[in-house]
Amino acid sequence: MLRYVVKRVLLAAITIFLVATITFFLMRMVPGGPFIAEKSISEQAQAALNAKFGLDKPVWVQYKNYMTGALHGDFSLSLKQRGRTVSEIIASKFPISAKLGGLSVLIALAIGIPFGSIAALNRGKWLDQLIMVIATCGIAFPSFVICTVGMYLFGVRLKWLPTFGLTSPLHYILPIFSLAFYPMAYITRLMRSSMLDVLDQDYMRTARSKGLSRSRSLFKHALRNAVLPVVTYVGPMLAYTLTGSFVVEKIFVIPGLGGQFVSSIMTRDYTVIMGTTIFLATLLILMNVVVDIIYKMIDPRIQLK
Amino acid sequence: MSEKLVDIQNEKLSFFTPAGEVKALNDVSLYIRPGEVLGIVGESGSGKSVTAYSLMGLTAHPGRLTGGDIYFNGHHINKMTEKEMRRIRGNEVSIIFQDPMTSLNPVYTIGNQIREGILLHTKRSEKQANERACELLRLVGINEPEKRMKQYPHELSGGMRQRVMIAIALACEPKLLIADEPTTALDVTIQAQILELMMSLKEKLDMSIIIITHDLGVVAGMCDRIAVMYAGKVVECGTTDEIFYQPSHEYTKGLLRSIPNLYEKDHKKLVPIQGLPVDLLDLPEGCPFATRCPNCMKVCMKHMPEYTDLSDNHYSACWLLDKEKFMKKQRGALT
Ligand SMILES: Nc1ncnc2c1ncn2[C@@H]1O[C@H](COP(=O)(O)OP(=O)(O)OP(=O)(O)O)[C@@H](O)[C@H]1O
Ligand code: SF4
Ligand SMILES: [Mg+2]
Repeated sequence: MLRYVVKRVLLAAITIFLVATITFFLMRMVPGGPFIAEKSISEQAQAALNAKFGLDKPVWVQYKNYMTGALHGDFSLSLKQRGRTVSEIIASKFPISAKLGGLSVLIALAIGIPFGSIAALNRGKWLDQLIMVIATCGIAFPSFVICTVGMYLFGVRLKWLPTFGLTSPLHYILPIFSLAFYPMAYITRLMRSSMLDVLDQDYMRTARSKGLSRSRSLFKHALRNAVLPVVTYVGPMLAYTLTGSFVVEKIFVIPGLGGQFVSSIMTRDYTVIMGTTIFLATLLILMNVVVDIIYKMIDPRIQLK
Repeated sequence: MSEKLVDIQNEKLSFFTPAGEVKALNDVSLYIRPGEVLGIVGESGSGKSVTAYSLMGLTAHPGRLTGGDIYFNGHHINKMTEKEMRRIRGNEVSIIFQDPMTSLNPVYTIGNQIREGILLHTKRSEKQANERACELLRLVGINEPEKRMKQYPHELSGGMRQRVMIAIALACEPKLLIADEPTTALDVTIQAQILELMMSLKEKLDMSIIIITHDLGVVAGMCDRIAVMYAGKVVECGTTDEIFYQPSHEYTKGLLRSIPNLYEKDHKKLVPIQGLPVDLLDLPEGCPFATRCPNCMKVCMKHMPEYTDLSDNHYSACWLLDKEKFMKKQRGALT
């Protein structure tokens, strides 16, 4: 166990370091800069701004400065949002995205697991086919299609749901379902195939031969084994979903981290790009650890090492 | 004749697959007396497992009984509902399977899996069920039962797991234990131990055993009677001695020629049975063994041989036996 913790922490440090380094230099290779596009700024003002943020120094010096700061928990000021630190920006935007993302993953699980199981139990019958058609659509349609169709249908046509902002619980419904659609479809398919696999296992026959009812053997013996691949998928997926989707946030006008990240790339807000990337990498690694632990709890054969 | 614990009469069972009707069982008739050990032998696909599962009402989809009757311990199995069957399964009749590696659920402790059946079929409390589970583990020769109860299947060896499977099967002291190739997946030395254990438990608990195998040699020592199956039919059935020393069906004879004889010094050449098993989707009209039988006659291709009684326990379905009888009769008439 101790070995596992040490190994994980070391690996995490190396991964985050590499991600930060690669992002830093890639970002600089893209033409343009944070203060170039602004026509109103004079040459001198531009030079002054560059000097203020240290952008006039050689790239590797900038790299060294940034990394030393980051190591001490200082992720610098945003280059474009005057006076706000990157940490503040993430702290204000992440909760919004995380709330939406977390709820949508919960819904994806709550729908995907039972429906995948139902499809497996009805293999080849019409119910299975219906569920699989819907699940395939969920995977095939890009999220902006789902968003616009949902918006048009429930917002514009039926006028049941508001279409932008997040001011009431009702406002959450469309964005959450738009976010949930893909993982829901994916989990359904995953669950179906792993359930089919489990149903054929010898221990299911043993369970039935003890006199357990079909439903008891299903809930006790099949579900726990069948859900393992879903756990593996949900970990990383959760990290991505919590940090927000650019498309969904743009369409429903939600001030989340996903939208922030993309706009920071557009405006070459170097420090925000770096901060968000490091944040996402850390979250991903954390999620993988959580997956490991949950996996171990479900399946005693797994050794954490 | 003493009363029968199991009586299967003319059981017909088919799997209705997209490719057509797979006639897995064609007129299986069998009986088992209380306290008896019956061996079922036959090559792969001959319907041994299907027969056993149908006895427990566990026929897999898309299989369905298409004829015949199954009686067990006073129950008319094929007339019972699923709910009624559940009360019998694991209680009056239990089964152990071929592969102990995969027959236990990897995510639950041994104790949990033994307890399950006890709690289901008896009025014991959790604590009493635990005690009973420990007692069962001791019974099947596992030491430190308290420790084993908390372990997971992957922490035990194959032989140990098969012992656990036996403990689970015996949880409610069943009248009948079905063992579907219980030792095929185990080492030879472990095989002998497991079979020995089963025999000693049979004496202790006074139950009957059906032991399914495709290896006649392994079970010969422990069976009272042996049923030989071919293409979903019991082609010959008799006491172990009768099957070994007076085999009467051509398939049984072939089977005996194809197993190594450990007891005789002169190693006769092993002769495998030639040809392929019949296609259960398209059964021949006559004797199913006709295409592979060295003594096949015209009548064999056209008509299904009926059973000929050779002794109280011994019967066999082969036209050769009928012909001999017929000849004898003819000779008798001349003199
Ligand atoms: N679920 C199923 N679907 C379709 N056909 C099946 C199914 N289960 C069994 N059968 C058919 O029933 C026949 C008998 O199968 P069974 O499992 O009883 O054979 P067996 O004698 O136990 O062989 P083995 O020694 O391989 O275990 C097989 O030939 C197979 O084609
Ligand atoms: S009935 Fe005919 S084909 Fe069948 S075993 Fe006897 S002799 Fe051979
Ligand atoms: Mg079998």
